[in-house]
Amino acid sequence: MARRLNPWRWVVLGLATLYFLVPLAASVVFTVDVPGQGLTFDAYAEILSADGFVSGLLLSLELAAATIAVVLLLMVPALVALRLGAPRLRPVVEVVCSLPLVVPPIAFVAGIATVLRWGPDHLSRTPLFQTFVAVQDPSFPIVLVLAYVVMALPFVYRALDSGLRAIDVRTLVEAARSCGASWPQALLRAVLPNLRPALLNAAFLTLALVLGEFTVARLLGFQPFAVWIYTVGGSQAQLSVAVSVLSLLVTWALLLALAGAGGRTRTASSRG
Amino acid sequence: MTAALPHADVAPTASVKRRRRAPGWLAVAPLLAFTAVAFGIPALAMLNGAFTVQDRATGTTSYTLGNLTTSLQGPYLTALAGSVKLSAVTAVLGVALGLPLAQAVVSSRSRALRDAVLTGSGVLANFGGVPLAFAFVATLGNAGVLTRHLGLADAGWSLYSFWGLVIVYLYFLIPLMVLTITPALDGLRSQWREAARNNGATTVQYWRHVALPVLAPSLLGGLVLLFGSAFAAYATAAAMVGSTVPLVTLQIADAISGNVLVGQENVALALSLDMVLVAGLVMAVYLPLQRRSARWLDA
Repeated sequence: MARRLNPWRWVVLGLATLYFLVPLAASVVFTVDVPGQGLTFDAYAEILSADGFVSGLLLSLELAAATIAVVLLLMVPALVALRLGAPRLRPVVEVVCSLPLVVPPIAFVAGIATVLRWGPDHLSRTPLFQTFVAVQDPSFPIVLVLAYVVMALPFVYRALDSGLRAIDVRTLVEAARSCGASWPQALLRAVLPNLRPALLNAAFLTLALVLGEFTVARLLGFQPFAVWIYTVGGSQAQLSVAVSVLSLLVTWALLLALAGAGGRTRTASSRG
Repeated sequence: MTAALPHADVAPTASVKRRRRAPGWLAVAPLLAFTAVAFGIPALAMLNGAFTVQDRATGTTSYTLGNLTTSLQGPYLTALAGSVKLSAVTAVLGVALGLPLAQAVVSSRSRALRDAVLTGSGVLANFGGVPLAFAFVATLGNAGVLTRHLGLADAGWSLYSFWGLVIVYLYFLIPLMVLTITPALDGLRSQWREAARNNGATTVQYWRHVALPVLAPSLLGGLVLLFGSAFAAYATAAAMVGSTVPLVTLQIADAISGNVLVGQENVALALSLDMVLVAGLVMAVYLPLQRRSARWLDA
């Protein structure tokens, strides 16, 4: 097989390279070669000083950190417990974590918007109203964290489940327990270190999801990173494309770093 | 000695399970409670809203099927059909183009190429949304680099059309297909190809009678996954075409943000319910297929 040089393979790979690289290359050209101005790097220089960039990016990063923390705190104990016992709960958790796949983000946000309207409509006299207001604080909208955790559940479930499949949780916990460790100690010092690649994977997927999320944030009227790019795109085309290119490069770098950090152990353990 | 080993293994397992039952519930409970609030309440609100109508004058609400029938008529039906058509076309093209690409990568046996393509696919499959739309606007839009240098506008090209959207959607659907189908292609044993060749089969015959039937569940699963992914996509279309191409996601967004008549919110909820039904159908087809192909590959 490998001896025969296969011409169609090179045609396929060549066409694919062309299709996937041309838009990226053209985007870079678009930002650098402005008609009437010649070669300029103004678009990239403007990014940092652009109105709303820093606050939008910071908001996205804060939301991502909060989402990752909440989703891991909810999922890790639950999935470890499923591995240790409680087999009847396994299908329940599996279904709960797959449900968000059936509800597209736009339908989900339609539901959230309806619930949020209950606040002013029905609850304005009750103490619950304050909760509704606090949840929608534009400087840190908790409602987005709630939505993003739900949207991240399927990916995090898959990442953690395959990670847990590769290690023998029960033996690890039993070994730790018979050495005198308490339950939290066994979890923190025996199970979690062995789960590191899966945890990193889950965290990265969640980070990518939150940084790129647009639908829910825009329709609820908040201004994180992705919504900011969209808003800027209307008036400053060069700037918005420059930020788009950079955001792709940053995502790429993160994924490569993850592959470097967890790749070797992951390929080694997934065979077992 | 060897007979004693599995025996010794069983006893502590059973005792751990008994001791662990209550904590098992305790550890899962927060997850279930959270999803009940953060997912269950909005989902129920959507379901309830899809079937109710509020009388503006009296403020009373009543149950009705009117929203659902409205959501399947006129511009709403056009949008729904537009979404289904776009998703079907992009899913079929994504499978047809992703399969040869994945096969070229798997059969090359180059570790570096494989890693590069799979990592790249992981990034590009998630590279939907606004940045993707802007990258294509910069490339093929009205003032795009290729449009200007190749004079595409004179040839009647417009990115802000159905086929423009198809080209953009394929940018994240093909990588998604590569990621989905690569494990299945890895599962094709080289012995099968050798056996077919020894029996005098040509490459075409091998693909038609051996490889494709084995791959069929994975291919169908990929098709359904791509369809669902294109069907749910909103950000790319919103940032690119605005509303020149009728899509159900754009209609829902318009209705939620009050760009259309007041009182259409509940039609938006009915449209959302339509989407959930389609997505649910997609999952109902996809999950059994995925399980089936997983069984093949493990065997």
